[in-house]
Amino acid sequence: MVDVAAYTQKSALIIDPADNVAVALQDLKKGEQCHVSSNGREEWILLLEDIPFGHKLAIEPIGQNESVLKYGEEIGKTNTPVKKGEWIHVHNMFCERGGGK
Amino acid sequence: MSDTFMGYLRKDDKIGIRNHIAIIPSVFCSAKVAERIAYQVPGSVYFRHPVGCSQVGEDLEVTAKTLIAIGNNPNFAGVVVVGLGCERFSPYELANGIAPSKKMLETVVIQEEGDSLAAIQKGSRIAREMQQMASRQVRVEFPVSELMIGLNCGGSDMTSGLIANPALGHASDKLVNQGGSSILSEITELIGTEKILARRAVNEEVASEIMDTVRRTEDKLFKQTQQSSNKARTHLISTGNYDGGLSSVVEKSLGSMKKSGKAQFSGVIQYGHQPKSKGLFLLDSPGHDGEVSTGLVAAGAQIILFPTGRGTPTGFPGVPVIKITGNPKTYERMKENIDINAGEVLLGNRTLEQMGEEIYQEILEVASGKQMKAEILGHDEQFCITRLP
Repeated sequence: MVDVAAYTQKSALIIDPADNVAVALQDLKKGEQCHVSSNGREEWILLLEDIPFGHKLAIEPIGQNESVLKYGEEIGKTNTPVKKGEWIHVHNMFCERGGGK
Repeated sequence: MSDTFMGYLRKDDKIGIRNHIAIIPSVFCSAKVAERIAYQVPGSVYFRHPVGCSQVGEDLEVTAKTLIAIGNNPNFAGVVVVGLGCERFSPYELANGIAPSKKMLETVVIQEEGDSLAAIQKGSRIAREMQQMASRQVRVEFPVSELMIGLNCGGSDMTSGLIANPALGHASDKLVNQGGSSILSEITELIGTEKILARRAVNEEVASEIMDTVRRTEDKLFKQTQQSSNKARTHLISTGNYDGGLSSVVEKSLGSMKKSGKAQFSGVIQYGHQPKSKGLFLLDSPGHDGEVSTGLVAAGAQIILFPTGRGTPTGFPGVPVIKITGNPKTYERMKENIDINAGEVLLGNRTLEQMGEEIYQEILEVASGKQMKAEILGHDEQFCITRLP
C-alpha cells in the first residue's frame, strides 16, 4: 500500500517490492538524487534524466526485451537497455496487449 | 445494523435516489422535441442519442434494451417516451418495456400529433403533470443493500491507479460487504488483469466468463488496429494518459481494476442487462466514459463513482456522478468540477483507508439527496449507447 511518509521529499514510490520501476511523486530533475523506499529497503538514486510527476524511473538496470514491473506485474517490455535512474516511458518500452502501442 | 440512506420507493420495489421525470426519444429524429419538453419542465431530464433507426440485429437490440433499461432505472419517477412514428425501434415497444416498472408513463408520437410543435406541447403538459405528482413523494429510510454503484474512470493519470481507484475500492468493498451492489466495467482498460480478476470470481463459471470477456474485447481491438491503414489511430490509450505517466494499456488496467476493491465477482453482465442478484459484477462494455456510464445506469446503478486524474466535467442525466481525483493539482485547477480531493493521500494528510471511508460517506449523502457538482452544473454528456459492428 501507499507509503505516505516519503511524500515530503524528492522521492519516488516503489508500489510493489517486486517492481523494477518507481513512480515520481514530484517533478524530478536530471542530476538530482531521488529517494526511493519499499518494504524497509531505502536508497538514493542519481537521476540520469528529468522525470515528470507521475512518470517512472528505473530503479535497477533493465536489459533489452526484459519485463518492466509495476504493481508487481509486467506492464510491458523494454525495447532498449535502460540504466538505473533513466526515465521509462513509451520511447523505451512497449506492450503488445490490446493491439495498441 | 447496516448503514442507511433516504430514498424513493418505486412501485416495483426498487429504490430511487433522485425523483426526475425522464424524457426519452425512441429515435434520434425526436431528440429535439424531447429536449424542448425537458426545457419546459425544469427538473425533468432528456436523453439525446443518435440511434433507433437504420440499425439491425444485435446493434438494434442493444439500443432497444438500453433505452428500456434507462426508463426502468428507479431514479426516474415517470417517463415520457417521444417517438417520430416511422422509426425501426417503435416508441410503443419502448413504452411496453418500461411499463412493468408501473411508474408514470406516457407516449407522444410526432407524426400522430401533427408536427413537432404539437408534440412539444402535449409532452410538456404530460411532463408538468408528472413532475407535480412526483413532488408529492417523500424520501424514506432504506438499508445500503438497496444501493447499486457504477464504477467508471476517465482522464486517468498515474494518481488514478495509485490513489483514487484504490480508495474507491475500499468504499466499494464496504458497500458490497453490507449487501449492496457495485459494477466494474471498461473491459478495454482491464486488458492484462483478467487472471487477477478471474481469481476473485465466486466460481469457475464466472472465472471463465471474465477471461472470455476480456479476450473477446482484445480480439476485436487487435483486428481494428491491425486492419487500420492509419497508424496514427492505433493507440489504445489517450495522449493525456501518456502525458500523465501511463506507458501501456496494462499499466492503466492494473490501476483501473483497483476501483473494484477486493470483493468477489458474482457474475458478468451483458450491456443493457441487469444483475439477477446483489454483489460485485463485471459489465461487458468498452472503456468509453459515456458508453460505460450508460451501461451502468441501464444495469440499475443509481450513482456513478468516477475517478479522474486529468480531470473531466462530464455528468449523466438524472444520475449523480461523484468525481474523485487523486491528483492535488487537478483538484486545485478543477474545483468546480471535482467533488472529492483524494490528492490528500498524496500530500500525506489521509491514508487510503480514510479516503475510502470519506468516499463511502459521500455515497450515503448523495443517495440521500446531496447534489454533486456535475449535477448542479447540468452536465449530461455521459449518456451514450454502445454500438456493435
